[in-house]
This record gives sequence, C-alpha cells and structure tokens, in this order.
Amino acid sequence: MSVDQWQEEKTMCLGVPGKIIAITDTERQLAKVDIGGVRREVNLACVAEEGQSLEACVGQWVLVHVGFALTLISAEEAERTLTLLAELEVDAAG
Amino acid sequence: MQLVDEFRDPAKGRALVEAIRSRLEAIAPARPLQIMEFCGGHTHAIFRYGLNQMLPEAVEWVHGPGCPVCVLPRERVDAAVEMARRPEVIFTSFGDALRVPGSAGSLREAGAEGADVRVVYSPLDALEIARRHPDREVVFFAIGFETTMPATALTVLRAEAEEIPNFSLLCHHITTPAAVRAILDDPDLSLDGIVAPGHVASVVGADTFRFIPTEYRVPTVVSGFEPLDILQSLWMVLGQLEAGKCRLENQYRRVVNEQGSRAGRAAIERVYELAEHSRWRGLGEIDRSGVRLRPNYARFDAERRFGLVSHVAEEEALPCGEVLKGRLKPRQCPHFGGRCRPEAPLGALMVSSEGACAAYFRYTA
Repeated sequence: MSVDQWQEEKTMCLGVPGKIIAITDTERQLAKVDIGGVRREVNLACVAEEGQSLEACVGQWVLVHVGFALTLISAEEAERTLTLLAELEVDAAG
Repeated sequence: MQLVDEFRDPAKGRALVEAIRSRLEAIAPARPLQIMEFCGGHTHAIFRYGLNQMLPEAVEWVHGPGCPVCVLPRERVDAAVEMARRPEVIFTSFGDALRVPGSAGSLREAGAEGADVRVVYSPLDALEIARRHPDREVVFFAIGFETTMPATALTVLRAEAEEIPNFSLLCHHITTPAAVRAILDDPDLSLDGIVAPGHVASVVGADTFRFIPTEYRVPTVVSGFEPLDILQSLWMVLGQLEAGKCRLENQYRRVVNEQGSRAGRAAIERVYELAEHSRWRGLGEIDRSGVRLRPNYARFDAERRFGLVSHVAEEEALPCGEVLKGRLKPRQCPHFGGRCRPEAPLGALMVSSEGACAAYFRYTA
C-alpha cells in the first residue's frame, strides 16, 4: 500500500491492518506499528492483556483505527478463510 | 502487504463471482435480490473495487446509513461551527466532517473565515494539542459508530488520568443496532440479506447482530472490507437463501469474535450512557440510538462547558433518507450531479467518500 493509499484510507471509518514493531511508551500504552510500510504510533489499550507485559504484543497483527489498535488479527483465521477461497478457485477452474 | 493483498487476489475474486452466479441460478429470484451493506466502509469498497459492476444484475446493493458523516444532523454541525468560532477554542475534527453543510456553513468555511479548525487523525492528536496549548480550549468533535467510541472514551480516560483541564468533546456518537432496527421496521423495505459491519462487530461482538436473523428473518453475515471479504459475505448470504435458512454468520473471523473487544466495551461502558433519542440526518429521530457522556465525565462535555443550547435546525426537504433506505438510487435524485456535487454538497451523502452519492459520482460518472 502506497503512502497515497494510506492517506486516502485514513478517513474515519476505515480500519487497516498493521504489525506491532516496538513498544514506545509503556505508561501511555503506545507502540510503533507498521502499516504497509508507513510507521505510526498507535495506542494498545484495547488489545493489551491485563497483567501481561506490553512487549508480548510485539510481532502481532492488529486492526488500526483512528490511532488505536482495535483488535488483534488472527493469522490462523485469515489462513482458514484463504484456504476456503482457494478451494472455490479450484472448483471454478475445474 | 500481508493480510491485505491476499484478500484482493483477482483470481479468487473471479472464482467467488462464479460461485455467486451459480448460487443465483439455483435461487432463480423473480426480482433482483436486495442486499443491504450498512457500513460506509463497505459502500466505499464496493465502488472502489468495482464489485457492483462485476456482479450479475440479480444482486442489487442497498447502501445503508452506516456513514457517520452522512447521518450527521445539521444542528450538530451548527453546534460545532458555533463552538469553533469562539476565540478561545481550537476545534478539532476528523477530516470527513469538515465539509458537512450546516445552517450557517460548514466547519471548513468557519476555518476559512478565521476560526481555528484543525483536522486530526485520532482523538489522541486532539489531546496532544490540548497539552501543547494550555491557554486554549481544545474541543474534539467525537462522531462515529461503535468503532470510534473506544478511541474517544479512552482519550477521555487519558485526559482524566493526566488531569488535562482544557480538553472536551462535542459528542455525537451513534449506535448501529438501533439504526438497523429503524430501517428493518420500515414496512416498505424488503431486504433479502444484510452484510453487517465488521469493524463495529470487532468492538461490540458479532452476537450483537443476531437479532436481525432471529427477529426480522433476514440472513446476516458479518463482513470484512477487502473485495474478497465482501464477495465471500455475499456468497454466504446467497448460501443461506439457497438452503432456505436464516442465521448469523461471521465471514470476518480473523478480526471479529462473538463477544467483541472486552477492553473496548469496558471503556465505552465507563464513559458513556445511552441517550433517550438521537437525530440522524435523513432518518429523523431514533430512540436510544446514541450515547452521551456519563455525569461523572460532565466536565469533558463541551456543550455543558460552553453552555450551548442545541436547537433543531430546519432541514431543506431532500430525498437523502429515501436513498439511505434504498428506495431511491442516487442517480434518481433530482439534485444529483446538479445542485448537489462533491465540491458543493447539498446533502450529506455527497460529502464523505463513504457516502452512497459521492461513491456513485466518483466511480460511475
């Protein structure tokens, strides 16, 4: 995704997936998140597990929306959906 | 990009369109099936990726009222403009809301006339402006559905924790289930399926939308926002119609679970309470469809802080509500592309890139 697309997609309603790169401010629960090559500071309050170190979030995928990570994204569930779609593709080709 | 590009794969998209076509043949509907996508994000994606053009004519998308900018009533814009014009105020807002017409112009026009109006990407950016300008009053225009509610609620909690005295919200958050009910209660509408808003569901949980199949007997699929997500959701709706079933399904499992975000819901619950009524542009007043700050957080309520008296503004009679309910296509509106264009919108559906009329104008002109 280019920066132009990111600019276009930053309107209020759209959430975009990003990967947590590093924790930048533990007290304010802020992390650096890579969103298609664009890095932004994002608040992790919605995805941080109580009693767990924020560092545990590094490497996870999150849905970013207006400066907050709304939820974690499950790579396994994404894979399951894509497998199902690949089966449809085989059916269509066959 | 991982987790994005895979859901834009053209080959899988073509396979899904074929699968949709074959389900349509099995159903053999006597009239085009009306599928409502409630969320403005879905509307935007359908046009951006040309999904409406790829699909057979037997599928008719109805673009529902799920764009908070499009349903922002005139009097709330008036309140925002009135606040922004105060010399002590820095008025902050998501960019989408700036061009929405009020009785005496938009926020953008107020800015051009000298008001200090600033676009922010996040309510946290507005809070940062308040930290940097302790001598000014920073007001954030808190609009949006359940997706933006946790962000504004957590920002209020942060302002409370840091005891930031010069930050407040002009709050106009609205809730999706009440609006869906208002639409489904309309006897003139006969929807065949609903593609439900995935990002709202990521906060409130997919279960929130279970009332649609159980009470209204409309097949419902919670959907993501990439082209394959939307096509797969449509395929799943058609699967229910073909099997003569009606239930809630979740296509967007990678992001949405049944209960939603525990922390997000807790923040909303702590900061907001349901308001008796909220007004929606084009749809009128809907009971218990919006929230306001709880009394504990009254000091963050900009209306109280500035003693603003809200009044209902006279709206020009426009057919936007008919478009929101899918009874009128944007191009059938007498003002479309004439008096009402993206650069000079008459109605709010022409303002936001997620509005049905703006999407028609941009992608089908």
